[in-house]
Amino acid sequence: MATSSISRPERETRDSVVIRFAGDSGDGMQVTGSQFTLETALAGSDFSTFPDFPAEIRAPTGTTFGVSAFQIHFGGGDVMTPGDAVDVLVAMNPAALTVELRDLKVGGTVIVDSAAFNERNLSKAGYARNPLDDDSLARYQVLKFDITKLTADAVKPHGLSSREAHLCRNMWALGLLLWMYGYERTATIEWLNRKFAKKPVIAAANVAAVNAGHAFGETAEMAEHMVGYVVPKAHVQAGRYRTVSGTEGLAWGLVAGLRAAGIEKMVFAGYPITPASALLHTLANLRAYGVVTFQAEDEIAASGAALGASYAGALGVTSSSGPGIALKTEMLGLAIATELPLIVIDSQRAGPSTGMPTKAEQSDLFQAVHGRNADAPLAVLAPTSTADCFDIAIEAVRLATKYMTPVIVLSDGYLAHAAEPWRIPREADLPRFPVTYRTDPEGFHPFLRDPETLARPWVKPGTPQLEHRIGGLERDYDSGHISYDPDNHARMTKARADKIAGIANDIPLQGIALGADHGKLAVVGWGSTFGAIHRAVQIARDESTDVAHIHVRYLSPFPRNLGDLLKRYDRVLVPEMNNGQLVKLLRAEYLIPAESLPKVTGKPFRVTEIAQAIGKIS
Amino acid sequence: MTVTTITDAQLAPKDYASDQEVRWCPGCGDYAILKAVQKACADMGLVRERTVFVSGIGCAARFPYYMSTYGFHTVHGRAPAIATGIKLANPDLDVWVMTGDGDGLSIGGNHMLHVLRRNVDLKIILFNNEIYGLTKGQYSPTSRRGTRSPSTPLGSIENPVSACAFALGAGARFVARSIDTLQAHLIATLKRAHAHRGASFIEILQNCVVFNDAVFDHITGKEVAPEAQVLVEHGKPLVFGKNKEKALRLKPGTIALEVVAATAPDVLVHDETNRPLAQLLAALEPPFPTAMGVLYCSPTESYEHDFYAQKGAALGKGDLDALLNSERTWEVVP
Repeated sequence: MATSSISRPERETRDSVVIRFAGDSGDGMQVTGSQFTLETALAGSDFSTFPDFPAEIRAPTGTTFGVSAFQIHFGGGDVMTPGDAVDVLVAMNPAALTVELRDLKVGGTVIVDSAAFNERNLSKAGYARNPLDDDSLARYQVLKFDITKLTADAVKPHGLSSREAHLCRNMWALGLLLWMYGYERTATIEWLNRKFAKKPVIAAANVAAVNAGHAFGETAEMAEHMVGYVVPKAHVQAGRYRTVSGTEGLAWGLVAGLRAAGIEKMVFAGYPITPASALLHTLANLRAYGVVTFQAEDEIAASGAALGASYAGALGVTSSSGPGIALKTEMLGLAIATELPLIVIDSQRAGPSTGMPTKAEQSDLFQAVHGRNADAPLAVLAPTSTADCFDIAIEAVRLATKYMTPVIVLSDGYLAHAAEPWRIPREADLPRFPVTYRTDPEGFHPFLRDPETLARPWVKPGTPQLEHRIGGLERDYDSGHISYDPDNHARMTKARADKIAGIANDIPLQGIALGADHGKLAVVGWGSTFGAIHRAVQIARDESTDVAHIHVRYLSPFPRNLGDLLKRYDRVLVPEMNNGQLVKLLRAEYLIPAESLPKVTGKPFRVTEIAQAIGKIS
Repeated sequence: MTVTTITDAQLAPKDYASDQEVRWCPGCGDYAILKAVQKACADMGLVRERTVFVSGIGCAARFPYYMSTYGFHTVHGRAPAIATGIKLANPDLDVWVMTGDGDGLSIGGNHMLHVLRRNVDLKIILFNNEIYGLTKGQYSPTSRRGTRSPSTPLGSIENPVSACAFALGAGARFVARSIDTLQAHLIATLKRAHAHRGASFIEILQNCVVFNDAVFDHITGKEVAPEAQVLVEHGKPLVFGKNKEKALRLKPGTIALEVVAATAPDVLVHDETNRPLAQLLAALEPPFPTAMGVLYCSPTESYEHDFYAQKGAALGKGDLDALLNSERTWEVVP
């Protein structure tokens, strides 16, 4: 800088960088990460984020189980995952350092608030000695600043209490990181002024903290350590972009689907559960878009109210995570028996039972496909990214209403919270699939099937001359009346199965995400593992390995070419965040010797884990 | 939300019957309830296509199949939840929940609690026969202590729940009790329930002729009825007995009812808007007379009314493009 009295080295270029912000769950690491993400986005880089926070809302201060982290991977290339290894770790206290250090690259940078490394915090984190004072961090570049004091000095003019001043530390750290990568502060300052509109003093203090952190980077007399970087812009399709989380994608996709189907009203019924509640919160603000939200007394009632709404002609949607989906099972059975549309969003988390509520897993696949009494088929879809959440929600509405069936969408805790850049679609470009409610009494009975889709008619109560009764008892194929006739039950069971199987003719053929349509190895994934698998396959292909990536969005029914496609590879490897579920479905369905690569740590796959598995096979 | 009243005066009770053969046991109290409901429907001129009967599981839950209206026979205990969804989707529908003591107070007890406290505009008719009939005679949550059944061969050791006391405790704004065989009273009570906006709860003492026959005879028997029932009516003294010679009043110095001569001072006059009184009446059991009629009626706005009346609650077709472009966006130029 020409105006600076300190001589600064030129900014160095980095193709991509992984930063992890870590601190106490009360330190504001999630908002720090989100704001850094926004500035990254506005600067034109591609990115992928991974919020990782504890189940405890406010664990005791300074403890390892209270560490909350937010990771962002950003760069000029096609960023597909939140990143395997961390380049820069921001550790606001000793607990954050001890928990997160293992993911830091050798030679990576660790930025700490030295004031937080006091005896009390060190002992809570299990450090016998202060790691800042010995050589235990010798393999890393350690930047220790008294962030506590620097923040306190910066906010002093605003007259905050020491507690309030302490809460601004995250903004100081954010300011420093924004300087480090040459990013703007404008959006962050706007956001702070909006967030604290009713507390202008707090807003001003936080802005001061951001600015102070930024200025510190600009002027600190640590020239040899404080290098600024430049991360190139990503080359992406032209258009208008924003960041989108999986939750937002699903919520807006449901609204778009409602509109595409021409249905007046959506009734979304939920019950609070981590990590699915955010969807209820998001939709609760969308009444202006025809969304009625209902917080039910339990998961069962939530699914019941959604199904009741569908019966009445609205779009019934319910949402939960694994343990709650288990409770909705009987209502799914009723929806299948009465052939009513119902959308069920499952934000999967680690289990069984309560498991690890804030950690992601893909272990509800069996529950979704098979987890009901009797022969009870339905459609199951899984989004591959946060952006895909929008499209998959629209597709769920299309299939549910066209085939009069429940559709389960398998999201997960990672997709729900992660964020990516998203090219914003225009409503005019979205699909249209208007539903028709039956109003004609001529020849009507409630289970009269459309010859093509095998779907029964959707009738709104209130329609004259179509009064009818439906329920969970088996019904006659030709009249809809209760029937216990053995042959009729066989016929109805087959009709229900054929209807769902027939969806395979109405969905895209299985494509290949990367590579050839035959060869030595196909790596087959589903859901949120898309990025990690794709990158791993890319790396292997760059090293001339004969490998392809296939990602399955339609899990029930499978695309009709999937079996033939998989048989064109010598080997099939199935990485998934469970103990081997899709792999068993593929083996059962197609009699192929697919091999499993399970991961059940509650964390997303690293690219290297999949790359190594490919390396071993090929 | 506007409550439009459309009636169909042309229909007779039989027009509310579906073409399906009724399959309750011969002599079941449910036949009398079906008859009373169909008569009440005709008297009120309910429009069939705007009327929905929702049920859970159990003998009572077969009810919707026998009505010529819309009907949804759902899963055990969940009818209140499904009916809530129906009303949220279309508040103009006239929705009835037909349930039983097991369906409504055991497996569905939680839903009953919440549908009542939310005050969803539903008619909730609970057939209480103090037994699980469809599963062949196990004791139910309303069975009295000592009830011998296949699952309690030595007699039940559980304390029964009082349906009306439960409903009042849950915050219901309309609570009534009647009897399957008391046709005129039952029909009048059904009409009162229908006129009420919000959740209206009726417990009907219903005889299960196969598994729990005569369980209410000490209340409903022709001989004992005048002594064993007090028919409550708003604004009228709480008198009973063959010649209406007995009455109820507050026992001086206590919060309890006592039986006195009808001529005694301070005989209670029924005030159906008085919740504590309703709670005392609901809890009466032998040797006191059992209270029949509208124990409590104190209307307030229904759940769905309040939902749609909330400020900024208008459902609409908001601008989707504006929603997707809310917050920060950026342009990538080719």
